[in-house]
Amino acid sequence: MTVSTEEIDPTAVPGVVEPAIGEELLSVNGLVKHFPIRKGLLQRQVGAVQAVDGLTFNVTRGETLSLVGESGCGKTTTGRLLTRLLEPTSGEIVFEGRNISHLSEGKMRPLRRDVQMIFQDPYGSLNPRHTVGKIVGAPYRLQKVQTEHGVKRAVQELLELVGLSPEHYNRYPHEFSGGQRQRIGIARTLALRPKLIVADEPVSALDVSIQAQVVNLLEDLQKEFDLTYVMIAHDLSVVRHVSDRVAVMYLGKIVELADRVSLYEKPMHPYTVALLSAVPVPDTKRKGNVQRIRLEGDVPSPINPPPACRFHTRCWKAQDICKTTEPPLLQLAPGHQAACHFPENQPGDKPVTPAASEAS
Amino acid sequence: MSSDDSVQRIERGAAFLDVRDLKVHFPTDDGLVKSVDGISFQLERGKTLGIVGESGSGKSVTSLSIMGLHKRGVAQISGQVFLDGQELVSSTPDEVRLLRGKRMAMIFQDPLSAMHPFYTVGQQIIEAYRVHNKVSKQVARKHAIEMLDRVGIPQPDKRVDAYPHQFSGGMRQRAMIAMALSCDPDLLIADEPTTALDVTVQAQILDLIRDLQREFNSAVIIITHDLGVVAELADDIQVMYAGRAIEYGTAEEIFESPQHPYTWGLLGSMPRIDRERTERLIPIKGTPPSLINVPKGCAFNPRCNYAHLNGGASETDRPELLDVGAGHKVACHLSPGERAKAWETDIKPKL
Repeated sequence: MTVSTEEIDPTAVPGVVEPAIGEELLSVNGLVKHFPIRKGLLQRQVGAVQAVDGLTFNVTRGETLSLVGESGCGKTTTGRLLTRLLEPTSGEIVFEGRNISHLSEGKMRPLRRDVQMIFQDPYGSLNPRHTVGKIVGAPYRLQKVQTEHGVKRAVQELLELVGLSPEHYNRYPHEFSGGQRQRIGIARTLALRPKLIVADEPVSALDVSIQAQVVNLLEDLQKEFDLTYVMIAHDLSVVRHVSDRVAVMYLGKIVELADRVSLYEKPMHPYTVALLSAVPVPDTKRKGNVQRIRLEGDVPSPINPPPACRFHTRCWKAQDICKTTEPPLLQLAPGHQAACHFPENQPGDKPVTPAASEAS
Repeated sequence: MSSDDSVQRIERGAAFLDVRDLKVHFPTDDGLVKSVDGISFQLERGKTLGIVGESGSGKSVTSLSIMGLHKRGVAQISGQVFLDGQELVSSTPDEVRLLRGKRMAMIFQDPLSAMHPFYTVGQQIIEAYRVHNKVSKQVARKHAIEMLDRVGIPQPDKRVDAYPHQFSGGMRQRAMIAMALSCDPDLLIADEPTTALDVTVQAQILDLIRDLQREFNSAVIIITHDLGVVAELADDIQVMYAGRAIEYGTAEEIFESPQHPYTWGLLGSMPRIDRERTERLIPIKGTPPSLINVPKGCAFNPRCNYAHLNGGASETDRPELLDVGAGHKVACHLSPGERAKAWETDIKPKL
């Protein structure tokens, strides 16, 4: 299916060369976002929620990178920083070689064509007073994009693309089910042919049977339009299905970053090991003989995170060094980074030397 | 009263919890919503029943009607529910009220909205305990602290005076479980107890429910859309679709040799972490039906890949839930041979 939006410039920002498949599209360096907590009459800052605290990763064109972690680990904040719905406290976001960390709203606007977001809640992200046509056509209007056969045609083609019928043009969001609404959201996201899509829990609000439909749709669209996804999710089975690489976050930091196969087969960070063992498996034979790692307690507050390794309060391998020295995110195997003093699944199971020798 | 007693002595139900042809209909301006349209199951003490289905399949309405939590006059409830021999549907609200908390208790999905924000967690547990036990406030408070300790809340003697909003999601769910278990109920209904929680906390809560069940020997109904959760907890599983049970069997049967195309669809839609990664998921086409306008015949027929094999019966006759051997029940028109063939050739290799 062809959508008549060829007249949209391939790159919204003039003078930028589009990276080829497999080249770096987005790179993030030392990204930090602290939300200040203000108190009292003078609204003095008394502390900060350290939602995101030093992330470094990159995303190559055409891949799917997933951010996983428990609630409160900063994955949604990261997504909002990447789309610049929030401004980072410090650190750099480089998109197509251009630093966008502190661009003004006006300068950011042309870039919005290239970076789009899919939201978690299909009920909250669509304006109930607008028709589907108006919702999906909004990006064209806002970006003043001229389409070949008019906006209505373009919108109807988009609707067909995501598996809705073009007759839905004049309907309102409340007439649709959750899965269909999520499709409307996806159609809107695709309108301007973005390069990078940040999908914040795109399927977690949907029923299992519908979830599979939407996951398949996202994969088809990726193949068809060479899309790059940053997927934010907490369901580890879905993440394994969709991602090329996975970053595990804990309290605002990446604790492990690896390609899908090595992360799921040889997780190195104890937190990842615990997360994976906690996933309920639909297999009755495993019942009773599962060696499950039970993490005690809850995630600590990001207002006052534990010093050094943030996981040491819940880690069964924690030793004194974990309370004093923060483990850096090191490459422990090809394409596999982990931030731990005593990683799992190591050849010979010996502790990693650099950080340990530093402390001694 | 005496005549009632004699009637009840005749009809006492076979199992500890015996639900027979339960129907819950809601009249609305748009038409009659048949949320639950005739389901039957039995549950013994010490056993766990998992009810699985998508949103709108009637699983929560079933549990609420067992608990007697539907407002009379709003919902039209028919059928019979026997709890240890006592019929609940025909009992007065006051009679059911005496049972609620004491003999049957419920854990809700969203603990933040299920707890009263104005009272401390301790006050809420104490209230429930004192309704059913004639004890002083001090004794009840001690009991509440004990319960909070049992479900693994740290510093229970201090946390008992905290308000629900001061707890994290997992702790709130633990407090809810403590409240539900404060009077040692014989029947515990957990409605999506872990859906709002993270995986690590979910694992803690599931372990907790399992341990407590062993300790109290209570009957547990766990309602969820997550097949992984039921595989961990349930002995028997009932799969629901559009207000009716479409398959019932032991957990092993449901996962090893499911019989209904909808169950196949559910299993195929789920990405599996324990198996080789498949290239594509196999979704069920279409969307769940509206309960006002349930498709004629088999409610699943518009979404079923095998409906054409039945010579039109799928569109006209509603299949009954029939035994296909050893208590495994299926509501499907397909002949056993066709079903076995479809499962072996089409579905099983792809899972």
